[in-house]
Amino acid sequence: MGIVRTKDLVYEYIKRDEDGNVEAVNKAVDNVNIDIEPGQFIAILGHNGSGKSTLAKHINALLLPTEGAVYVEDMSTQDEDKLWDIRQNAGMIFQNPDNQIIGTVVQEDVGFGPENLGVPTDEIWQRVGDALEAVGMTAYREYSPNKLSGGQKQRVAIAGVVAMKPKCIIMDEPTAMLDPNGRREVINTVMELNRKEKVTIILITHYMDEAARADKIFVMDKGKVVMEGTPREIFSQVEKMQAIRLDVPQATELAYMLNKSGIPVPQDVLTPEELVDELCRLY
Amino acid sequence: MLKDITIGQYYPTGSAIHKLDPRVKLFGTILYIVTLFIARNPVVYILAAAFLFTCIGIAKVPLKYILRGLKTIMIILAFSLIFNIFFTEGRVLVQFWKIKITYEGIIQAVYMGIRLILLIIGSSLMTLTTTPNDLTDGMEKGLRFLTVIKIPVHEVAMMMSIALRFIPILMEETDKIMKAQTARGASFDEGNFFKRIKALIPILVPLFISAIRRAYDLATAMEARCYRGGKGRTKMKPLKYGKKDGLAYIILFAYLGLIIAARILWNKFVQVG
Amino acid sequence: MSIILDKVNYIYGEGSGFVKHALKDVSLAVDKNEFIGLIGHTGSGKSTLTQIFNGLLRATSGDVYFNGDNIYDKDYDMKKLRSKVGLVFQYPEHQLFETTVFKDVCFGPKNLGLDKRECELRAFEALELVGMDKELFYNSPFELSGGQKRRAAIAGVIAMKPEVLILDEPTAGLDPQGRDEILDMVKAMHEQTQMTVILVSHSMEDVAKYVGRILVMNDGCLMYDDTPREVFAHYRELEKIGLAAPQVTYIMHALKERGMDVDTDAITIEEGFRSICKAFGR
Repeated sequence: MGIVRTKDLVYEYIKRDEDGNVEAVNKAVDNVNIDIEPGQFIAILGHNGSGKSTLAKHINALLLPTEGAVYVEDMSTQDEDKLWDIRQNAGMIFQNPDNQIIGTVVQEDVGFGPENLGVPTDEIWQRVGDALEAVGMTAYREYSPNKLSGGQKQRVAIAGVVAMKPKCIIMDEPTAMLDPNGRREVINTVMELNRKEKVTIILITHYMDEAARADKIFVMDKGKVVMEGTPREIFSQVEKMQAIRLDVPQATELAYMLNKSGIPVPQDVLTPEELVDELCRLY
Repeated sequence: MLKDITIGQYYPTGSAIHKLDPRVKLFGTILYIVTLFIARNPVVYILAAAFLFTCIGIAKVPLKYILRGLKTIMIILAFSLIFNIFFTEGRVLVQFWKIKITYEGIIQAVYMGIRLILLIIGSSLMTLTTTPNDLTDGMEKGLRFLTVIKIPVHEVAMMMSIALRFIPILMEETDKIMKAQTARGASFDEGNFFKRIKALIPILVPLFISAIRRAYDLATAMEARCYRGGKGRTKMKPLKYGKKDGLAYIILFAYLGLIIAARILWNKFVQVG
Repeated sequence: MSIILDKVNYIYGEGSGFVKHALKDVSLAVDKNEFIGLIGHTGSGKSTLTQIFNGLLRATSGDVYFNGDNIYDKDYDMKKLRSKVGLVFQYPEHQLFETTVFKDVCFGPKNLGLDKRECELRAFEALELVGMDKELFYNSPFELSGGQKRRAAIAGVIAMKPEVLILDEPTAGLDPQGRDEILDMVKAMHEQTQMTVILVSHSMEDVAKYVGRILVMNDGCLMYDDTPREVFAHYRELEKIGLAAPQVTYIMHALKERGMDVDTDAITIEEGFRSICKAFGR
C-alpha cells in the first residue's frame, strides 16, 4: 500500500459572477488515481492550469476532495482528527521562497514547524541542526533570509519542512522562480534527501530536465493523469508530449527526429551521453 | 532612500546586549521612552543621551548604521521643529506679519528634536539587537497577562514578527515597481501636490496586490507547516531570566532613579532659582 | 547606430560599507534591427546593464550615446529616451495597475503627453502586435493568465513606440507552451517592426534558437560579444562562469571527438539534426 494514494479524486472549482451566482463549474482535478510507494522520487509534469498544483494541495489537506478521497499513510485527508498528522507527514514546499519563510533568522525559521508540533526545546535544536545539515545550509544558520540567494532561500524552506520529519515532501514548482544555478542547487538537495534520508518526493515542475531524474513521472493535462511511467517511457513518446505542448530533453528530441528520418537510434535515450553512444555504435 | 530604514533590521554582533532577555530590552525601551518624556531640562537630556550611547557602545552596532536610520524621519523631524517654533506662545524674539518666533518655541523645538532623535535611536537599538522572533517572544511572554482581558497577545505578536520580516521585502519591491513605472515614462517628482499623490497610484496598486498575494501564500505555507495558533506550541528559545538580566534590570532602575533625581533637583535649584 | 556605451562603469553603494563594482569598462554598440541575447548568471551585471541602456541608472563613469547624442548631456530628455529604449521588467505584476488592460497600456503614451486619441490608437496597435485576444482588452489585467500578463506588460512598453526593446526574462515562470508563444511573438514583432530587441535570458536553448548576437556578462565585464555560434564554441569557458551551451552543442562536440564528421557549430536541434544526417550520408 502506497504512502500517498488518491482514489477517484475530483475537485470542482466553482466560478461565481459578481452577484454570487454560479457561472461555471470547472473540474480542476478530474478522476485522478495515483499510488505512490514510500521512498520514490515522483515528478508531476503538466502545464499551467493542468491541475497539478490543485492535486498537490490535496495531499497536504490544504484542499479537500469534492469527490473521491486522498490517503496519506492510510489516513484520509477528510478525517479532521488526523489533519495535523497528515500535514506533519506530508510537508509542502511552494514556488516563491520569500512567501513561505516566516522567521527573520534562518534557524528560527527552520524551528517554526517543530514549534508548532509541540516538540520539546532540546529536540527542536537537534532537529534544526540536522535539517540545516541535510540541505547544506549550516553555515548560514544565523543569517537573515533576505541576504540569501533564491536557491539558498528555497533550501532553507526545505530544511523547515525536513525539521518536521515528514515521510513525504510535496514540492509545487520549487524552481520556477530561480536561475539555473539556484535550480541545480535545489534539485541536488532534493535528490540527496530522497537518496540518503529516504524521504518520498513529489516534485511538480515543468522543467523536463528535473523530471528526467525522477523514478516515475505522472503527466497531467486538463485535470487528468494522461501519462504515467518512468522518464524513459514518458519522454520516448515525443509526439504525445509535443501534442500537449510539453518539452522533452533535447537529446531525446534529436533521437526522435533521427529515428524518423531512418537512422535507427532507439527513441528512449534520455541523456546526451546515451545518444552519442548510440550514434557512434551505428556510425 | 529605502535602504536607509534601519528600524526592524537585525544587526548581529553577539554583544552582551544582544544576549539579554528580550523582555529586559522591551521593558528597557519602554522605560527609556518614558524618561524622555519626563525630561524637561538639559541635564536629563544629557544623561539620557549618555545612557543611550553607552548602550550602543556595548552593543557594538556601528553608530553610522544607526544614524542612517534617522534620514528617513527627517521630514517628521523638520515638521515638528517648524510646528514648535512657530506655534508656541511665549516671549517673542522675532516677529514679521502674523508669524512670530518665541524663546519658548525655540527651546521647545530643540527639546522636541532631541527627544524624537533619542526615541528613534533608542527603539532602533532594540530592534537592531533583538531578532524579531525574540522580540515577539518577549512581548508574548512579557504581556501574557493581557490575555486575561481578551487581548490576543500571541496573534498580535505573530503579526508583528511577520510584518517585520516583510518590511524589507516590500521595500525592495517598491523600488522595483518604481523602476518599472519610470521605464514607462512615469515621474514622481513633477507637478503640484495633488499630481504627486496621483502619481503614486501606479506604485501603490501593484504593491498592495503583491502584498495581498504574499499574505495569502504565507498563510497557506504556515498552515502547511502545522501552525494553529499559540496553543500547544513549544519554543525553540524559551525565555529564562539569567543573572545578567537581573543586573540589567538593576541598571535600568538606577538609570530611572537618576533621571527622576535630575529632574527634581533641576526644578528645585535651577528653574526656581 | 542606435546605442553606444563607451567605457561604462557602474558602482553600487559608493561611500557606504557595501560597495559593488557592477559594471567594469563596458563598451559596446547596439545597431538598428538587431535581435540580441544578453546572458550571464545572477549578479553578473546584466540587469544593471539593461538599466544603463534606458537611463534608469546613471553610469558612475563613461558615456552612453543614443542615436549620436550623449544621454548624460545636461538638457537631454530622459523621458524621451525611456520611450525610445523600452524596458520590460521580469514580473508583469510590478507594472500592471489599471482597471482594464487597455487603460493600462495607455499609461505609457499618456506619460509622453500624447492626446487621448493618439494614446488609444497606440494602445490598440500595441495590443494587436503582442497578440492579445480582443476579448481581453477590457478585462482586469489581474485576471489574466501568466502568459497574457506578459503580453499586456510588453504592450505597455511597445505603445511608447520604442526603437529598442529590452525584455528581462520574459518567460520566467511560464510553462513550455507559454514560453514558446511569447518568444515566437517577440520574434514576429521584431521582424514586423524592425525594432531592435535585447532578450535577457537564462535559457541557452532559447537564446540559441532566436537571437543573432549574444552578449555574455561575467563579474561586471562584457566577456563575449559575438554570434551564437562563436559564443557557444567557448562552452568550456561558459561553464566556468556558471553558464552552459545548449545540449545539442555538447552532443556535437562529443560526436566529433569520437570521430564522426559533424558540424560542432550546431546550436539548435534542427542544425544538429541536419549535420548528423549528413554525416550518415542522408
